[in-house]
Amino acid sequence: MKIENLKMSRLDELESQSIYILREAYTQFKNLAMLWSIGKDSTVLLWLARKAFFGHAPFPLVHIDTGHKISEMIDYRDKLAKELGLDMIYGRNEKAILEKQTFPDGKIDRLSCCKILKTKALQKTLSGEGKRYRLNQATGKYDADQSNEPYTGVIVGVRADEEGSRSKERYFSPRNKNNDWAVVEQPPELWNQFKTDFAPGTHVRIHPLLDWTELDVWEYIAREKIPVTKLYFDNGKGQRYRSLGCFPCTKSVESNAKDVEDIVNELKSGKFSKIAERAGRGQDKEDDGGLETLRKDGYM
Amino acid sequence: MNIVIVGHVDHGKSTVIGRLLADTDSLPDGKMKQVKERCEKESREFEYAFLLDALKDEQSQGITIDTARCFFKTEKRDYLILDAPGHIEFLKNMVSGTARAEAAILVIDAKEGVKENSKRHGYLLSMLGIEQVIVCVNKMDLADYDNKAFEKIVDEYSSFLKKIGIEAKEFIPVCALNGDNIAGASKKMSWFKGNSILSALDSFEKAPPLIEKPFRMPVQDVYRFTGDKNGKRIVAGRVESGSLKEGTEIVFLPSGKQSKIKTIEEFGNKTRKDIFAGCSMGVTLEEQVYVPRGEIMCIASEKPAFVSSTIKANIFWMGKEPMIKDKEYFLKLGTARVAAKLGQVFAVMDTSNLSKTSKEKIDRHDISECQIECASQIAFDQFNEIKATGRFVIVDEFDIAGGGIITELVEDSQGETREQVIKREGKWEHGLVSYNDRVTKYGHSPKLIILTGKSGVDKKSIAKQLEKKLFENGRIVYFLGIGNLLRGLDADISKSKRDEHIRRLGEVSHILMDAGVIVVATASDLGEDDLRLLETVTNRESVFIVNVGKESLEDGLVDLDLDPSTEAGKNIEKIVKLLKLNPLA
Repeated sequence: MKIENLKMSRLDELESQSIYILREAYTQFKNLAMLWSIGKDSTVLLWLARKAFFGHAPFPLVHIDTGHKISEMIDYRDKLAKELGLDMIYGRNEKAILEKQTFPDGKIDRLSCCKILKTKALQKTLSGEGKRYRLNQATGKYDADQSNEPYTGVIVGVRADEEGSRSKERYFSPRNKNNDWAVVEQPPELWNQFKTDFAPGTHVRIHPLLDWTELDVWEYIAREKIPVTKLYFDNGKGQRYRSLGCFPCTKSVESNAKDVEDIVNELKSGKFSKIAERAGRGQDKEDDGGLETLRKDGYM
Repeated sequence: MNIVIVGHVDHGKSTVIGRLLADTDSLPDGKMKQVKERCEKESREFEYAFLLDALKDEQSQGITIDTARCFFKTEKRDYLILDAPGHIEFLKNMVSGTARAEAAILVIDAKEGVKENSKRHGYLLSMLGIEQVIVCVNKMDLADYDNKAFEKIVDEYSSFLKKIGIEAKEFIPVCALNGDNIAGASKKMSWFKGNSILSALDSFEKAPPLIEKPFRMPVQDVYRFTGDKNGKRIVAGRVESGSLKEGTEIVFLPSGKQSKIKTIEEFGNKTRKDIFAGCSMGVTLEEQVYVPRGEIMCIASEKPAFVSSTIKANIFWMGKEPMIKDKEYFLKLGTARVAAKLGQVFAVMDTSNLSKTSKEKIDRHDISECQIECASQIAFDQFNEIKATGRFVIVDEFDIAGGGIITELVEDSQGETREQVIKREGKWEHGLVSYNDRVTKYGHSPKLIILTGKSGVDKKSIAKQLEKKLFENGRIVYFLGIGNLLRGLDADISKSKRDEHIRRLGEVSHILMDAGVIVVATASDLGEDDLRLLETVTNRESVFIVNVGKESLEDGLVDLDLDPSTEAGKNIEKIVKLLKLNPLA
């Protein structure tokens, strides 16, 4: 065998490490779920899972629906879930949505809105205290889920380059009973030996994409031809989304990128090569530019 | 390339990186402005370190607590920079960062000079196998950009590095605050003709590929997904070293099971015919041998991994509680996880001054030369031969508390038997009915349940009732008392040859298990060595040791202790529960 044929590219190395992490998570956690935010990162994660498990996604995909998501996101979610036969679950903070404890309609700020609609809903959905809705592949509709067992391992698509506190994460990062992230107390993690032992009541967040950059993600989407929602591309009016979230807090950016290739160029040398991805996210700016407060409570 | 920045607290690691990012134009637009504005608001002086120290506690205390990752690129390549904390309290975070680096920059304050963590971090770099190091002598402004101050540190620190067997690629005098020798040459230190930090980074070499080393793939899992029409069993894992093609003869260690690669499996790629170091991949096998997670797949014709239950290593300890004798820990190496105890301690070293002491425990931040005794055999290599399978972590309660590298290969008492078993497995002729066929048909995997205890304690009646109960539940089960062999299979050996009697009990059990049977065996007064012998001859994964009576064997050896005065039915229930049998379809 010729050695020069056996070299791995940066994307190959990132892919291999992510697959290793996903397989470790799958063998070590009985109640495992993957958070799917419908965005490009967690869609790459879904793709990596199918690679790791030879075409299968052998755990439920959980989406936290704030009721304020851009509507194309939900359409895309259900379309892909049916096509790939995914075990799709969603949860939401129904009470808050009903009582309009939301931004900007309710009298609360962005951070509190995030806390109530995302963090709280996520906590309750993961712990099983909140209602879960599961896609019935036979009818194509969501039914109330019978299982309320807590998930002990949760796979999340965060990346270290997104913002400061995420750059401090471990691949396997413990969360205590109250979902808190005790940053200072994080156990060591070395040589691909991860935290897979945990006390009852706690859970572990698993971050297979930690070492990926935004550019890596788009280059991988291009290489693997992964379908992503149209919201990332020029809507015909010179506007597209760079990062997806709730419509009141996510701004589109001016861009004529009409396909994945255009986006890769834009990030490599074009107009976004020096602008942070989450620049269009309102909640990041309210807390001195850090998501740390939200994330300590369990925000992704 | 992954680079870690280490050194004593306050010597300016985060500042070096912050300046590097700023001078190479690698920061997002507005980031510098945002941080500067915040400093103004809090009436603090701006520091480059604030670009990296993202946690609130870090900014308020002005120290790095946990390793940050940041990304930048030069014309030569992409970098992932790991900014490790220098405070002793966060050594665990420094180690976590360093463990994934390929090269390091070690920062020393020109004015403060070499401090204890400059040494400790230097030692850990060498221990963690980081071979390429540059030393950055920072804050040269505080030493009036004087080359004598620089030379003094070069002399002192190189002689320290020499003692621990590493050589710095280069020493670079720097003032990170003003950008001297960071991204370009310094006017103030024209006496220095070497690299800037930036050009020194580009001079690091990528480690040679591990493809030419013997093949090692720790088994992560074996998949058979429902709905797969052909019901393929895929052995999945990441190749740590070497390469192989379809058709290669392979051996799994420690079990010694052999087979041949039938296909290489990659989702979405049907043409793949080879795998090599770095790939996370899957294979299917010609012979359907039973392979549990934790075994290492090796090539039969290459140098195999070593198998033993004793590991000689250098361990560094990060746990709040010291590592002590007679406590059960878990050792994780590759994908294997075994119960383990601290054995002989040869020396304990304080890495800040290289002084050795003799004590029987390993305190936080100590490094120790010692032996670890595992509850069962495990496959591994020497660290200096194959890194990935030559290092391990120790788990205390729920957290990783120590890391170790294997310095020497030490045989345990089972060495000879194991060799014979590996030969047996290699030559074993399999019928056309596979292990998995039997498991599917019988609804359970084969097991060996050994009931032991003092002679005179009634083990046989428990064993016989257990056999009956399992049989009535539809299991394939057989009671085997060691006495049944005495006048038959063992008639040719004297009663005093205890080891041989036990070995034969093991071999008979092994055949019965190969036939898919749950074997319930009894033997009195089995000691630790006897039980290990039985595990080696049969298969550690499916052996259950039950002790009957008050005098228990050593901790970690026995799966279940039974009180003979308890009602038999309850004792049997306990054993059945231990077996975790799936309900029959």
